[in-house]
Amino acid sequence: MKRRLLLSTAVLGALSAAGTSQAADLTLCWAAWDPANALVELSKEFEAESGHTMSFEFVPWPNFADRMLNELNSGGQLCDLLIGDSQWIGGGAENGHYVKLNDFFEAEGISMDDFAPATVYAYSTWPKGTPNYYALPAMGDANAWFYRRDWFENEEIKAAYKEATGDDLREPQSQTELLQIAQFFQGREIDGQTRYGASIFTERGSEGITMGVTGALYTWGFKYENEPGSYDMEGAVNSPEAVEALEFYKELYETATPPGYSDSYMEQSLDAFKSGQVAMAMNWFAFFPGLYADPNTGGDNIGFFVNPPQNQAGSTLGGQGISVVSYSENRDAALEYIKWFAQPSVQATWWELGGYSAHNSVLNDPGFADSAPFAGDFLEAMNDVQDFWQEPAYAELLLAMQKRVHDYVVADQGTAQEALDKLIEDWTEVFEDEGKL
Amino acid sequence: MATPVKPIRRAKGLSDRAIAWVFVAPSIFLLLAVNIFPLIWTINLSFTDFKANRNRDVEYIGLRNYERILTDSDTWLTMQATAHFLFWTIFFQVLIGFALAFLINKKFRGNDLWTTIIVLPMMLSPAVVGNFWTFLYQPQIGLFNYMVTFFTGGDPSSFSMIGEVALAPWAIVIVDTWMWTPFVMLICLAGLRSIPGSIYEAAECDRASKWRQFWTITIPMVLPFLMLAVLFRGIENFKMFDLVVQLTGGGPGSTTEVTSINLKREAFEKWRTGYASAYAVILFVTVFGLASIYVKALNKVKDR
Repeated sequence: MKRRLLLSTAVLGALSAAGTSQAADLTLCWAAWDPANALVELSKEFEAESGHTMSFEFVPWPNFADRMLNELNSGGQLCDLLIGDSQWIGGGAENGHYVKLNDFFEAEGISMDDFAPATVYAYSTWPKGTPNYYALPAMGDANAWFYRRDWFENEEIKAAYKEATGDDLREPQSQTELLQIAQFFQGREIDGQTRYGASIFTERGSEGITMGVTGALYTWGFKYENEPGSYDMEGAVNSPEAVEALEFYKELYETATPPGYSDSYMEQSLDAFKSGQVAMAMNWFAFFPGLYADPNTGGDNIGFFVNPPQNQAGSTLGGQGISVVSYSENRDAALEYIKWFAQPSVQATWWELGGYSAHNSVLNDPGFADSAPFAGDFLEAMNDVQDFWQEPAYAELLLAMQKRVHDYVVADQGTAQEALDKLIEDWTEVFEDEGKL
Repeated sequence: MATPVKPIRRAKGLSDRAIAWVFVAPSIFLLLAVNIFPLIWTINLSFTDFKANRNRDVEYIGLRNYERILTDSDTWLTMQATAHFLFWTIFFQVLIGFALAFLINKKFRGNDLWTTIIVLPMMLSPAVVGNFWTFLYQPQIGLFNYMVTFFTGGDPSSFSMIGEVALAPWAIVIVDTWMWTPFVMLICLAGLRSIPGSIYEAAECDRASKWRQFWTITIPMVLPFLMLAVLFRGIENFKMFDLVVQLTGGGPGSTTEVTSINLKREAFEKWRTGYASAYAVILFVTVFGLASIYVKALNKVKDR
């Protein structure tokens, strides 16, 4: 009897041990913003299906890069899965932070052809454009605009705009029209309060002003290199068009933004709009579901438009891919999550919950463009997105641009030409240190 | 008569010197591990192209990092920003701190309450103070702009303390002065209270005016305390980081990018570890050198 009891206890113990070794507690790291909350909801499905539990480490955007890159650089095991910025992919791959996913994709029948090409290129591949995948496109995103539709449709305001400019007040069709509209609203009294033109990105500390400025630069035809992969920047980065675009952004900042908006990024842009200070604001598509749902400034009171073209169409790429961190002790379970997340049905739910799926089955659905007031604009923007350098040294490149652009636009030091010339000097030094020049 | 210590010493076989070493060794070990080793390691890294976020071979590049730092005009601009911040904060803190100490030193009703109120700002965390003043400086909702325009007339949103190149450095000077003047005041107060009353009584007997007593007794006797306050604030403000980050983040442009912010960007944002190490060594030598000269002067004043 005693022997039988011992045996059954041992069997139960073994079974229990086997059970715990299969079920993992996965930690997914991302930025703390609206889509992250949607992902928490979505992941409940995964927990129910797989038996794994999910924990989340969400870091506010201003500290996101610092926190997560420190974690990766120190070989930390906090994150099993990381939804990291597109610019990190080069460093993630070359420094061995991310698991290369090619074999896994092949084994599980996950095809990158099922995802929007721009997102695969930007969020997954290193070296760029090669079939070496380090992430699955998780969250498509681009920088775009939203505006006070109720003001734009107000007859009195429309008449005043027509009188002031000779044009009809409408969603801007070009960058210069955007400036004209913003300047019209600047300092205007509406409903007894002073309003301003537009809230744009001017933040100095992380990536803010670069993400804002590039929205203008791309539409003027800015290129990082004369030939892709050549690191030959003279005449591209500081082309006459780039100079004009930078001068445009400075004029927009100086003549059409609320007072004191010298260090504003996502949060400040949302605050300015929601508090009724500005007629228009730039921000990432990721925030649009939340903005539309806002009971005060959302619904019929808000409109959305893609970053207006100038010499060409262009939008600054946001968004991220989801990677498996190579230091994770739960690599199999993390891969299981990626496999689950790549399913078309999960991607459809992801979009419904407020995440921006990059899966073709969602984007190419005939009803997608009408599924939300900003869905059509999102599709349009993703056709013309451009991203910042995705080099392993991207942080050095980014900080150099933050400095040069902020010095010129906000601090009013030097000229646009000088700012871009100095930027080339900074970037050349970085690429020389990297042995690429 | 033999002391009870000797048999114990014999039993353990330890001399006085050995016992002293047993007690002091942990402290020495900690000092070496926490201060000396990192310093030596930093000096070593400063001659390399090491990047802490990269898996690649580290090369010794001699004095190249030092050369790049010292020939980079941006470095000198951050030094200039730091010098401006240092000079004006110390100037105002010493001036106001001494004046407050002089007033508080007089006996009056509510003396203790006022001392407590004045000392409150230095009890707060710099990050909290920075955040708090960011709101005060807001052109549209901030109290500071309203206060200024209340006296000058005009539109409160017509200027931005932390968004304009000409004003941002002063915005930081104002906050740091608000926060740390009480510290200087306390040191000066200690100095004032250490002056024996008999000296003033003797001066009164010699019919010295109050003004003369102030310049010939008060100032010379408080001077070492004042110099000590300048030393503490100088070293602290040379390393100033959190307050500036909260208030301006180094902006607008690079106007308020003091050396500590610049160093942090190089070390933990750009991850140029070797370069940042050289930068840290330069700053260390600067502070250490200036502080040594200053301490010599302080000792001379004390010995007078």
